Amino acid sequence: MNYAQLSLIEQLILTLSAMVLLTSFLLLAQTRIVSLINTFAVQGFLLFLGTCLIAQSSGRYHLYISAGITLALKVFFIPWLLRRLVKRLDIRRDVENVGGPSMIMIAGGALVLFSYYVALPIRELSTLATRNTIAISLAIILLGMLMMITRRKAVSQVVGFMSMENGLFFAAVVSTYGMPMVVELGVAFDVLVAAILFGIFFYQIRAGIGSLDVDHLNRLHEVDR
Amino acid sequence: MNGWILALAQTILLLFCAPLLTGWVKWVKCKLQSRRGAPPWQPYRDLLRLFRKEVVLSESASPIFRVAPYIVFSVTALAGSVVPMLATGLPSAAIADVIVLVGFFALGRFFLALAGMDIGTAFGGMGSSREMTISSLAEPAMLMGIFTIAMTVHSTNLASMIRYLLEQPIQLYPSFVFAAMGMLLVAVAETGRIPIDNPATHLELTMVHEAMILEYTGRHLALMEWGAMLKLMIYSVLLANLFLPWGIADTFTPLPLFIGFASIMIKLFLLGTALAVMETGIAKMRFFRAPQYLGLAFILSLLGMLSHVILEIN
Amino acid sequence: MTALYATLLIPLVAMFIFGVIGHWKYAGTLNIMVCAVTFATSLQLAVDIFTNGAMITPGKMFYIDPFNVYLILVNALVGLTTSIFSRPYMAHELKIRRVDAGRMRLYHAMFQGFLLTMLIALSTNNLGILWVAVEGATLATVLLVSLYRTPEAIEAGWKYFILCGVGIAQALFGTVLIYFAAEKVLPGKEGSLLWSVLQEHSDQLEPTVLLLAFVFLLVGYGTKIGLVPLHNWLPDAHSEGPTPMSAILSGLLLNIALYAVVRYKMLIEPALNNHLPSYIMMGFGMLSFSVAGILLHRQRDIKRMFSYSSIEHMGLMTFAFGLGGPLATFGALLHMIVHSLTKSAIFITVGHAAHIAGTQKISEIRGLIKTQPAVGWTFLLGTVAIAGFPPFGVFTSEFLLFTATIKSMPWLVMPLLIGLAVAFAGLFRHVQPMVFGEPPEGQLPVKANMVPIIFHLFLVLWLGISIPDILANWLDQATIMVVGKGLL
Repeated sequence: MNYAQLSLIEQLILTLSAMVLLTSFLLLAQTRIVSLINTFAVQGFLLFLGTCLIAQSSGRYHLYISAGITLALKVFFIPWLLRRLVKRLDIRRDVENVGGPSMIMIAGGALVLFSYYVALPIRELSTLATRNTIAISLAIILLGMLMMITRRKAVSQVVGFMSMENGLFFAAVVSTYGMPMVVELGVAFDVLVAAILFGIFFYQIRAGIGSLDVDHLNRLHEVDR
Repeated sequence: MNGWILALAQTILLLFCAPLLTGWVKWVKCKLQSRRGAPPWQPYRDLLRLFRKEVVLSESASPIFRVAPYIVFSVTALAGSVVPMLATGLPSAAIADVIVLVGFFALGRFFLALAGMDIGTAFGGMGSSREMTISSLAEPAMLMGIFTIAMTVHSTNLASMIRYLLEQPIQLYPSFVFAAMGMLLVAVAETGRIPIDNPATHLELTMVHEAMILEYTGRHLALMEWGAMLKLMIYSVLLANLFLPWGIADTFTPLPLFIGFASIMIKLFLLGTALAVMETGIAKMRFFRAPQYLGLAFILSLLGMLSHVILEIN
Repeated sequence: MTALYATLLIPLVAMFIFGVIGHWKYAGTLNIMVCAVTFATSLQLAVDIFTNGAMITPGKMFYIDPFNVYLILVNALVGLTTSIFSRPYMAHELKIRRVDAGRMRLYHAMFQGFLLTMLIALSTNNLGILWVAVEGATLATVLLVSLYRTPEAIEAGWKYFILCGVGIAQALFGTVLIYFAAEKVLPGKEGSLLWSVLQEHSDQLEPTVLLLAFVFLLVGYGTKIGLVPLHNWLPDAHSEGPTPMSAILSGLLLNIALYAVVRYKMLIEPALNNHLPSYIMMGFGMLSFSVAGILLHRQRDIKRMFSYSSIEHMGLMTFAFGLGGPLATFGALLHMIVHSLTKSAIFITVGHAAHIAGTQKISEIRGLIKTQPAVGWTFLLGTVAIAGFPPFGVFTSEFLLFTATIKSMPWLVMPLLIGLAVAFAGLFRHVQPMVFGEPPEGQLPVKANMVPIIFHLFLVLWLGISIPDILANWLDQATIMVVGKGLL
């Protein structure tokens, strides 16, 4: 199937998925917390648009419900919660020094290549129009993990975790046109509870060690000294 | 009409519209900053004035210093002659390969940097080193963007690229979106606009391009400035016709040529306005952040390439 | 059917009730009663399954067969005994002001919530709901790990949250891949994630996708099992939380994760022609077993030491399931029960020991037998049991495993024996000074309810000497389900 033979909607879906990958890269290098949260909200919105388009072009109208849940959770509720926490914890102006952004970007590129390689057998077997995007969804998951590894502030790690969940949702949508509704609801509920618990945790970390720099949580060692 | 005459006419048109584009950008910036500003044809007056003035050469100037303006100008004009502005399929299109274009710019930049260091002043050397840093980071990004497009159209020749894109129905290629974004960022860096370099600055420590031509006077300075205006024009025409190729003529009859001329003028008008808005809205970055900016351009082009391989090939 | 619904509904309702009245003076007693009722209903469920065979609820949401019913029973039993232990323990914590009323509400509500999510994970037929329940179990306990709000506890809670969250996300991707493979074979939406349906069609599923899915699932659920190198959260989470939490985390949650992996293995192995999943499981199991045994020696906190022992035993079980065959699988299933019982008993005893000595550091706990002989001797007995001495049950399951290993892969017996010896040395080197010797000045005995511990150890002893026929048949049926061939 030639690229030129895809309909305009399908091309738009592929373009939107590439834009979501771009937001994952942008998340890797953002230093300011508020712009981090806003980029995450943009990623959620692009996912919402992509899911709606997939629902339209494939005829699976239950995907509109999943898209709606994503919109409510990932574009409105979770960024609102994080922004409110950032304001209450008074870290709006904190700038995080990301160590070696160029190396991280190159590592991100390598992860995209790796996920393409891993997803090749799946792509061979899929008959869906969105089968090329399975590699992109795995790349978004791995980039979310890379972000969690390279960050030192707790809020940034949580944004990385949530963007990883974005990638998982996207993987479910593009490889199988969405999981059964009950599973989607369960996963969304888990993400919601996780977000609330993270919020509670921020207060606890702040109260316990006086800052949200996760590097300072280093009292427990593998081998006790 | 004979192809060669048309090619010559196109080149002359490019040469003489370049100052108008720069003047237009300056005029829109003035209007946005609520200043009265000079009219858009002021650069013509500046160039004429400079051509009439006497050349003052430093005693320590070498022959390279004297020869560099002519080389820079002619190489840029040659690059401009191969860029399809009004029509594709011109005889000069045979050498209109993008890599050749990049090579032309590199040649011009080489002599410009040499000229900057020639006199031996501190500012000239600083400008040359900054220019080389920026270009060494920008060229891979630009080439990556070009190759992304070339992989879809199966050629690096500009004319065949544009013709391929015109023949297809409207497509939305993710790789093109990313390549366009990457090349926009690179174009801003290469032509020396904000946020990389401020063309209107008087402070030598913030200069990149101006610092290299600080010692030039008279017709030498006119040629250098005209060369810079030409470079901006060439990049704009390239971006406009590559990513929005509609309107360009493919036969040499009067009506398509007129439509081609009108469409490129409109595109340049819009691009110039967008450039002016962006320059007014963003502040110039400190030089040590330029590599990050160019790294972003490279990542965008790389994403374009990855999108092409992952999403568009079956 | 009603037994199953009752078993699930009771913790659910209790969770909400405890959210309101958990700080009540008699909340601990209520907790015990709720757990007792849950245990009774699960016993009824077990009897149902034993007489009627495997059961699917209408709507195919829940599926109980011999493999998970005894795990449900163990779950409810350990929950009951831990709640008996937790009542005086948490009352003591409340008295010395390590927790306050709000946290007691949270503790009791999440205790029931945790039991609920584990029961759902064990009984569900839907693989997606399995994931949701395992993630839910993590979320339920994350606030409990950091209950004491010390910097170490907060660090342990954060690590637990992040590492388990990331790991579980991989498992979700694996689940998506399984669903993807299933959709090709079963185009209808409803049956594609149901384990019972997939089990019937498992040889039609696409091998490449299944292998990829298994890798993701093993990495994901393996993080929750505590397989090296994904184990970093385990010692912290098990040692920093309140001791009842350590008991149920060590005893129950690790088992559930292993159960999930084995369910997937049952699904995936018939579809593949090679034994790659088995080899991967054996590799991870061996690695966890060896590394944990070595790291055991360097620990200075008593609960951390026993968490490493948990990692070691889970590694052994993973290895056994990977080895396959009726002997090893029977041994692994038995090991799941006895490890659960012994480890929770040990953690309860450790809780008492820490109360006596006022600290969790090994170097500062001394002379337990002299101070309170009941605690000291049960501690020693528990350690003896977990180290694999006959006649306790752990010895039986390990012996079965060794027999299976000698039969199929004789060259692996040496590393296993060496690993066991290393772990044994590590345990006793730390435990011996703690129980024998002179106690420091002013060490007083504490009020301790030894009944749960003695009950657990007695069960383990019974299972070691002579497994009752009912249980043996059950385990055999489960073995048949897992590997296709029974032992008896």
